Amino acid sequence: MVKIVRKRELNPTVTLMEVKAPLIARKALAGQFIIFRVDEMGERVPLTISDYDREKGTVTIIFQKVGLSTQLLGDLDEGDTILDFVGPLGIPTEIPEETKKVCIVGGGVGCAIAYAQAKALFNRGVHVDVITGFRSKDIVILEEEFRAVSHHLYIMTDDGSYGEEGLVTKKLQELIDNGEGYDLVIAIGPIPMMKFVCKTTEPYNLKTIVSLNPLMIDGTGMCGCCRVTVGGQVRFACVDGPDFDGHQVDFAELMNRNAVYREEEEVEKEKHTCRMEELGKALIP
Amino acid sequence: MPNMSLTKTPVAEQEPLVRNKNFQEVTLGYTPQEAMEEAQRCLHCKNRPCVEGCPVNIHIPEFIAKVAEGDFKAAYEIISDTNALPCVSGRVCPQESQCESRCVRGVKGEAVAIGRLERFVADWYLKNVVAAPQKPTQNGIRVAVVGSGPAGLTCASDLAKKGYEVTVFEAFHTAGGVLVYGIPEFRLPKAIVQSEVDKLGALGVEFRLDVVVGRTITIDELMEEGYKAVFVGSGAGLPLFMGIEGENLAGVYSANEYLTRVNLMKAYREDYDTPLRKSKAVAVVGGGNVAMDAARCAKRMGAEKVYLIYRRGEEEMPARREEIDHAKEEEIDFRLLRNPVRILGDERGRVCQIECVEMQLQAPDESGRRVPKEVPGSNFFLDVDIVIMALGTSPNPLIRSTTPGLETNRRGCLVVNEETMQTSREGIYAGGDAVTGAATVILAMGAGKKAAEAMDEYLQKQK
Repeated sequence: MVKIVRKRELNPTVTLMEVKAPLIARKALAGQFIIFRVDEMGERVPLTISDYDREKGTVTIIFQKVGLSTQLLGDLDEGDTILDFVGPLGIPTEIPEETKKVCIVGGGVGCAIAYAQAKALFNRGVHVDVITGFRSKDIVILEEEFRAVSHHLYIMTDDGSYGEEGLVTKKLQELIDNGEGYDLVIAIGPIPMMKFVCKTTEPYNLKTIVSLNPLMIDGTGMCGCCRVTVGGQVRFACVDGPDFDGHQVDFAELMNRNAVYREEEEVEKEKHTCRMEELGKALIP
Repeated sequence: MPNMSLTKTPVAEQEPLVRNKNFQEVTLGYTPQEAMEEAQRCLHCKNRPCVEGCPVNIHIPEFIAKVAEGDFKAAYEIISDTNALPCVSGRVCPQESQCESRCVRGVKGEAVAIGRLERFVADWYLKNVVAAPQKPTQNGIRVAVVGSGPAGLTCASDLAKKGYEVTVFEAFHTAGGVLVYGIPEFRLPKAIVQSEVDKLGALGVEFRLDVVVGRTITIDELMEEGYKAVFVGSGAGLPLFMGIEGENLAGVYSANEYLTRVNLMKAYREDYDTPLRKSKAVAVVGGGNVAMDAARCAKRMGAEKVYLIYRRGEEEMPARREEIDHAKEEEIDFRLLRNPVRILGDERGRVCQIECVEMQLQAPDESGRRVPKEVPGSNFFLDVDIVIMALGTSPNPLIRSTTPGLETNRRGCLVVNEETMQTSREGIYAGGDAVTGAATVILAMGAGKKAAEAMDEYLQKQK
């Protein structure tokens, strides 16, 4: 059981939570994830670690309220507890020692994880450029945070209401064409975004790491729910990943597997209201 | 006067076509009257062959004698003296190939129903005796157990009884390992597993859930923290797949995943959030106990049709006879000497068919099992919307890759001294599926027990 020590709404659907989890904070590295379960009836859901503070013994997660479990999590407040919180899981991101210049591309809530990568690399003395993409101005997150850990920050919005208009791939293409000479691109965001970033970098043979987010249960390799095809091989994202060489990933298969419970999820979401009402009744005598 | 009936006293079961729609226990267990009647079939042989057949050496004739007298409490005390989990082993042990296979009554007629009697005694005690076990005086020596499955629980129990301060580390949110995520509710009610875990708690064992040893903390860090010995009972590992086309379609599960969703995450209960695809027809691939469990769960989850596809014949199935019979009674459609070659998906990438081929058994290979071979041109299709692969597991690399100096064999299993269960590193012991690969609950319990004895000896020398 872990306690929420800080909660901040980053935009109407994205929430930041800092939780007290000293054992995890002691070990966590960029690229690793945790699995949470809100209450006894809850699902086990993986979330990549966005930040950690070894001295305070805290871990920060940033998540979008998209399904029942993330909604229930988002309804918790500072001082509340999360029933289960386990980690750090997965293999930390491995960046070759000789890496000098990196472009990090974050889309939507994926920026939360991109931030952990930017911070780690920036602190290592690597030149870090960041491109973040959002639908519109009102959902832009982590702008200040990214500025502090990057040499250049490019914010893109679909409707041009903030930063530049267009997709992240447009900016990435432009930077590559400008001869920025990146050794590495790290892309974290919705599956289509990661897929198109990989398509952009592939002709240049520019190594691109993606962080995958398949469904999981145990997170230790036991269930095989998170299997993905990478370079024609079946890999388990929980123990072999979650980072993979983006040029090798079968994104279509991943998208298909992630959609397996879409219909069931709609039904489950209905339950949310009921659960919240029950909780409310329990609190008000 | 012994009961000379050639057959076991029958035990009540839920009707097959009723039970295949619910998750309540299939076998209902003996009444005190039935238990005493069955107990009188034991001849109390001098050389006690049954005890030899028991991996945890339960004093079988002695406890049965107490059952015959109607002193169930005394019977329980005899069992629990050597067996940490009687409620569990009484239900899931393959008694027919262990204690009961050695029973003299089995020479002419059926063996004494040792398993049913063990279960009766354990259940009677659970229901009628409220006293928690006495916490032994602790000796101040800390021991860590990795994994809370049958091996870990047994090892922890035996060490706690000897006075050690035992901490059990579990990666999941509930203690019990395969007893809670794998074996279904209708064979082993989870409340019973919890009561066994609670008993360990009363003995002073501390459970630390949500801790993944190898990730959250390593074995070497545990030893630096003051644990003087470690037992690794981390269980089976990564599920195997066939490597055929279509295996990553939506709707293809490993048995581990399917069973975990149903058992641990309680997908069968409305009040839990766990999603599981609604299904009309399911194909389970495999012939072991896990395959039977998956098939029977799928039926209970509402599938109209459940096929069990196995590449050899019924004789060759590794599953227990009782499990095979129960599955058949519950209308699982056995398709033997058949093997999948491809899984087909619809336009949305969801399973819609499985293509299989007929098999023929050839001469036995060096392992003594007959080799199945495809019959060319015999391909056929079954309409299914879920496929569950129950093909076994390969060991999880998490512990070995984060613990320097731990020797593993060609298959990736931890190598131990079979007498002491010690690994290649001093102070680190191991047992259960992490050592043997997928095996039975009782063998894991036996290994946990053996390790506890050796660990005690080792720790006493360290003083």
